[in-house]
Amino acid sequence: MVLLGNEAIARGALEAGVDFVSTYPGTPASEIGDTFFKIKNQILKFKKDFHFEYSTNEKVALEAALGASFCGKKSLVAMKHFGLNVCSDALIPALYTGVRGALVLVVADDVSCFSSAQSEQNSRAFSYLAHLPTLEPSDPQEGKDFTKLAFEISQKFKIPVMIRTTTRVSHQRSLVQTSAFKLQSSKKGIFIKDPHRLVTMPPRVLEMKRELLSKIEKIKKFVDKSKANRLEPGSGFLGVITSGICYLYLKEIQTELNLNLPILKLGFFYPRPEKKIKNFIKNLKKVLVAEELEPYLEREIKILAKESNPNLQIFGKNLLSQVGELKPQDLILALSKVLQISAIAPKCRTLKKKKRLPRLCPGCPYWLVFSAIKKAVDPKKVIFGGDIGCYMLFGLPPLKIQDFLSCMGSSVGIAHGIKKSTDQKLITFIGDSTFFHAGIPALINTVFNQSNPLIIVLDNRTTAMTGHQPHPGAPIPANGIKIEEIVKACKVKNLKVIDPQNQKEMILTIKEFIKKPEVSVIVARHPCKFVK
Amino acid sequence: MVIVGTGGQGLITLLQIIGQAALIEGWEVRTSELHGLSQRGGSVEVHARFGENIFSPLVLPGGADLILGLEAGEVLGALTYGNPKTKFLVNKLILPIPGTEIAEEKILKLLKKSIKNLTLIEATKICEEKLKNPVVAGVYLLSFASFKKFLPLSPQSVQKAIKKVIPEKYLELNLKAFNLAK
Repeated sequence: MVLLGNEAIARGALEAGVDFVSTYPGTPASEIGDTFFKIKNQILKFKKDFHFEYSTNEKVALEAALGASFCGKKSLVAMKHFGLNVCSDALIPALYTGVRGALVLVVADDVSCFSSAQSEQNSRAFSYLAHLPTLEPSDPQEGKDFTKLAFEISQKFKIPVMIRTTTRVSHQRSLVQTSAFKLQSSKKGIFIKDPHRLVTMPPRVLEMKRELLSKIEKIKKFVDKSKANRLEPGSGFLGVITSGICYLYLKEIQTELNLNLPILKLGFFYPRPEKKIKNFIKNLKKVLVAEELEPYLEREIKILAKESNPNLQIFGKNLLSQVGELKPQDLILALSKVLQISAIAPKCRTLKKKKRLPRLCPGCPYWLVFSAIKKAVDPKKVIFGGDIGCYMLFGLPPLKIQDFLSCMGSSVGIAHGIKKSTDQKLITFIGDSTFFHAGIPALINTVFNQSNPLIIVLDNRTTAMTGHQPHPGAPIPANGIKIEEIVKACKVKNLKVIDPQNQKEMILTIKEFIKKPEVSVIVARHPCKFVK
Repeated sequence: MVIVGTGGQGLITLLQIIGQAALIEGWEVRTSELHGLSQRGGSVEVHARFGENIFSPLVLPGGADLILGLEAGEVLGALTYGNPKTKFLVNKLILPIPGTEIAEEKILKLLKKSIKNLTLIEATKICEEKLKNPVVAGVYLLSFASFKKFLPLSPQSVQKAIKKVIPEKYLELNLKAFNLAK
């Protein structure tokens, strides 16, 4: 069947017998969780102990998956790259404690930032930081196969394993050979008391670190034998070491340019198959390391070459950019330079085109908030804080009211620091899902440490940007969590819930609240037009 | 092939149909799409490749056999994928870009001047008039390409793929758009 990379990862988890799935949505990882959300009820018919959840944030998602794995469950947790930063506090000790069932973490990097503000992150750095075994699939087939392999390793070595993808892998569709699987309930989860393994108190914690490092040594041996790292023989003095999407580009170029270079295709990023790499580079004169973003792999090759082939010429980031994704044509240029052949530059023309920027949908309730703000204050005299969600588009024309933007929940945290440092007026925005994700501790901080930003919670009753996933406040279950009740419990005195269609009240409240000496909150509630 | 348009025009659905149709025809297939922020009315460019020995999901510059334009202005940015043999099938639709003035005539003139094999059809207008729904313009355009042999996917395969990919609620509308392109 033809599957999207993310769907193939979900399929792989099902084939591996996954029991517990948690996630927080984020492009380009969202469809992993969304696939389980869609088929959850079908799975439950046959596998009564299956659990899927959209967690409040990635840290909680990982902790939940870890807890399930402590009880012997096989768990999967999926997130975008920034989610890994959020959950890193829980991740690093999780490698020390290890797991009892299995835990596979899928992290999707948005190389080129197609749908990501914030930064262009290379999540492979976390593999080193946490000693986290990491696999990098190139396409949906490997997405499925590597997920199964990751479960196998996790179960065998009792350690969390990461699948790291990129937009071009997660959002690639291609044919996937699937295997049959049977949905059946696994044994009821049991938590077996074992504080020696699960409590990371000193001095035991250092012993745990030693245990982790020796586990990694064992995994190294497994990795060196694994077929996930594949040597494709060829001829000549130049070889290519590559992983992820670049492998597919190289294969394409080999066909296009009639080349037959030996390729070492690495499925594992961490730990490295050192023997395989040393054997591959031993008899080469030159090697090109084809990888996107920072040269993590290239540095490793340089170290290994010192031992096995000190005269090896290593090419990589001297020819390929560290910024933005690589395209097949970038690899053609790099190879032409190394091979000293003239690049076969395709004859094509380019025309300048006016860039069409994304914007809020017609009928989006956020337009109403914007129009009230414009009438209530002089935007030039007010600082505007942005956060992660559709309302990031406040920063683009025609709106252009966004003076700072960082990470989830930071609009409130940064606003507090600004209001402690200046008397300038400030309005800061945060979405409903983002409020639950990381806004609440920052709100409590503004109350506790006494500053007075005006916070507008843009409550459109859904996680709109990533595909309308539910969150703790919406759709409201019988005992639903209301944002205004949380705000009230945080002792915020100036609080109003307003439907921005009521422009008059919006305008008057903004005018009133922006003058207050204490923090104020407006919950601007109107559903996204795509929510029933 | 490369498909360009703006977020919300259903480019991902077209890729799903192409993927399915290529599978029915027995080709290898790989596509690449974008989700999230870029879908909010911005420029969107997606790629589909099928045939034998397909590795890269991305088309090389100058490497497209067919370029499908759901919005005419967006096609200007995709010329880089064309070569003298590339066929361009373009929806005669120009959407405004807020804050800028767009000279419709200028864009069409530029396209006609730069592209040898250009077919302009009023897909949105036809779908609006005949089906009261401009959203299926993409399916109309793809079906048109299939009927006119702009791409090696037979109308039967495209029809089967539409039935497989489109949810039941919208299937009739999409099949009407398919038949309209005959």
